[in-house]
Amino acid sequence: MPSLVKTSREQAMNSRPLIWMLIGLIGVAISITISIGLGAVWIPPSVIIESFTSFNPELLEHHLIFEVRIPRALTAALVGAALAIAGTLMQGVTRNPLADPSIIGITQGSGLAIAIALSFFSSISYWGLLGWSFIGAALGAVLVLLFTIISREQLSPVTLTLAGAALSMLFSALSTGLALYFQVAQDLSFWFAGGLSGSKWVHVYILFPITITGLLIALMMSRSLTTLTMGDDVATGLGHSLHRVRWFSITAVVLLSGAAVSIAGAIGFIGLVVPHIVRSLVGVDYRHILPTSALIGAFLLIIADIGARMINPPFETPVGALTAIIGVPFFLYLARMKRRNL
Amino acid sequence: MEWIAAFKESKKPLLVILLFILGTFIFSLQTGVLPISISEIGTTLRGEGTPQHELILFQLRLPRMIIALLIGAGLAVSGAILQGLSRNSLADPGILGINAGAGLAVVLCIFLFKGNEALGIFQSPFMLPLFAFCGALTVAILIYTFSWKDGVDPGRLLLIGIGFNALCGALLIIVQLKMDPRDFQEATIWLTGSIWGTQWRYVYALLPWIVVLLPFAFFKAKTLNLLQISDPIPYSLGMNVEFERRLLLSLAAALAGACVAVGGGISFLGLLAPHIARRLTGPNYYSLLPASALIGMLILLLADMIGKNILAPADIPIGIVISIVGAPYLIYMLLNRRGSGFKT
Repeated sequence: MPSLVKTSREQAMNSRPLIWMLIGLIGVAISITISIGLGAVWIPPSVIIESFTSFNPELLEHHLIFEVRIPRALTAALVGAALAIAGTLMQGVTRNPLADPSIIGITQGSGLAIAIALSFFSSISYWGLLGWSFIGAALGAVLVLLFTIISREQLSPVTLTLAGAALSMLFSALSTGLALYFQVAQDLSFWFAGGLSGSKWVHVYILFPITITGLLIALMMSRSLTTLTMGDDVATGLGHSLHRVRWFSITAVVLLSGAAVSIAGAIGFIGLVVPHIVRSLVGVDYRHILPTSALIGAFLLIIADIGARMINPPFETPVGALTAIIGVPFFLYLARMKRRNL
Repeated sequence: MEWIAAFKESKKPLLVILLFILGTFIFSLQTGVLPISISEIGTTLRGEGTPQHELILFQLRLPRMIIALLIGAGLAVSGAILQGLSRNSLADPGILGINAGAGLAVVLCIFLFKGNEALGIFQSPFMLPLFAFCGALTVAILIYTFSWKDGVDPGRLLLIGIGFNALCGALLIIVQLKMDPRDFQEATIWLTGSIWGTQWRYVYALLPWIVVLLPFAFFKAKTLNLLQISDPIPYSLGMNVEFERRLLLSLAAALAGACVAVGGGISFLGLLAPHIARRLTGPNYYSLLPASALIGMLILLLADMIGKNILAPADIPIGIVISIVGAPYLIYMLLNRRGSGFKT
């Protein structure tokens, strides 16, 4: 509640976001170290530090760290951050606690586009695939946004989620049909089930600028997003253009989730879970929520990726399935809670 | 009495649908990779046809179309029951994750028992509906329990169902990726909802379920009608509402499970058929259930015909055809809902 006099509690609230960001940063650093260390060969942190300070080309472990482990950990971090920011933006713009790129059909849109790409251009380069993934994500996002604009009444979470489910089912039916017809079903599934096992430096180079751009766009919108939580009327009254917020946010969501999906496949529920956790930690100000979300998202996906490698070694469990297994109970909990807590 | 009254009222639409089904059936029998004319069908039926025609008609086309009819009726009635008991016109076994639960059970069963001689019995087509039923029932019970909070709120039920759908999907992916490529392709085709290569034994496996459960569902029409009224009234009429709801839920799960075991995950049919039926015959379950069943049959027969002809010689899985029609319809419905209630 806004009040003119700052109480000591409010002052404490002001420093809380910084503390949580710091904790998030430390968490990411620690989890990256663990992620680099874990694998077929355990590499202790001392060797990791050594490989940075005095890289020895003779040592296999040092090559392993630089060619395989670090790109993988960084990709996980970036994908997690991208998905978390995308989820935060979606929840903010649609004012819907259940919005998440994987629930409202954006991920499946990407999947459809990639199915088209794999079916018709079998020797497509990674860049081509990325482009297609963007197109698909944009298609999904624009359809969902159109739906929210066309729909006459204020959308309830149920309506949006159902529309998303319908879109997802449509997209995945189409992509399965294509994949079966052109016999790329297992390629598509392996890609779609995600996983970060094939992460290379090139993925980091692609993801990094996109994630940063997305985060910057989101931060530009953060004030408007905060006022949007008080209702469309309040936001308009305070001089925020709804259209501007919506379209900028959607652009960021498309960039972020398109890039994340093209690299790691369908990793659901990160974008759903993280914003809720973060909101309960740092409050309602999107200037704090967004960066903290990015950090917590990165942390969560690195942990999930570690889990995916640990559950059934030497095989990898699809990390997208793992996040779904963690995320669904959370989703159920939210669905059981009182609606409209945004 | 009610049956006769309901039938008299909705005689016309029911007969028209029946005619459509007959027409589609005969037309679909003629089309395919190798067209067969009506007169040739006649001679083959009299037992004077060429062996090739006999093979195509009796071993390929007929079982497949009969399966389409059975599954259509089963899923449509399952959807109608779910919509009735949750008082929610958006319920569908596919959206609620019941199909996915059945699918998961079947895929697990194929994965665990495939190639294991001693356990070969579990692979027989007659066992699969049983497994699918267990999966479907488990999910149905879970959905119902989790959406229970001083009664079952329709919106909550849907959300919980979507959640469980996602969970089953995730588990399915884990199992599927462990399969070898051939099994994988087979499982994927089956999961999207397909009736390729249907043999008579699948018809025999599904038939008892439909024959027993459909009349039982029709028998429950009165209960479903009463459940449409808000809660205190059915109670005061002496109905054990919770018991009836659970019974109907199991019934819907059994129907959906048996159909999924044979035809795979066909979504939206349980949504579409009762809606069209409600437009034609009104909300009275005495006429709504038979009408839904007939419309389900018709839709699936049409979808099968489209699927096998549009990209011939390739087959489009029937579930994909239905999804392409059903998903936009659901979105259209969501856009046109008025007020806050969940009824259309």
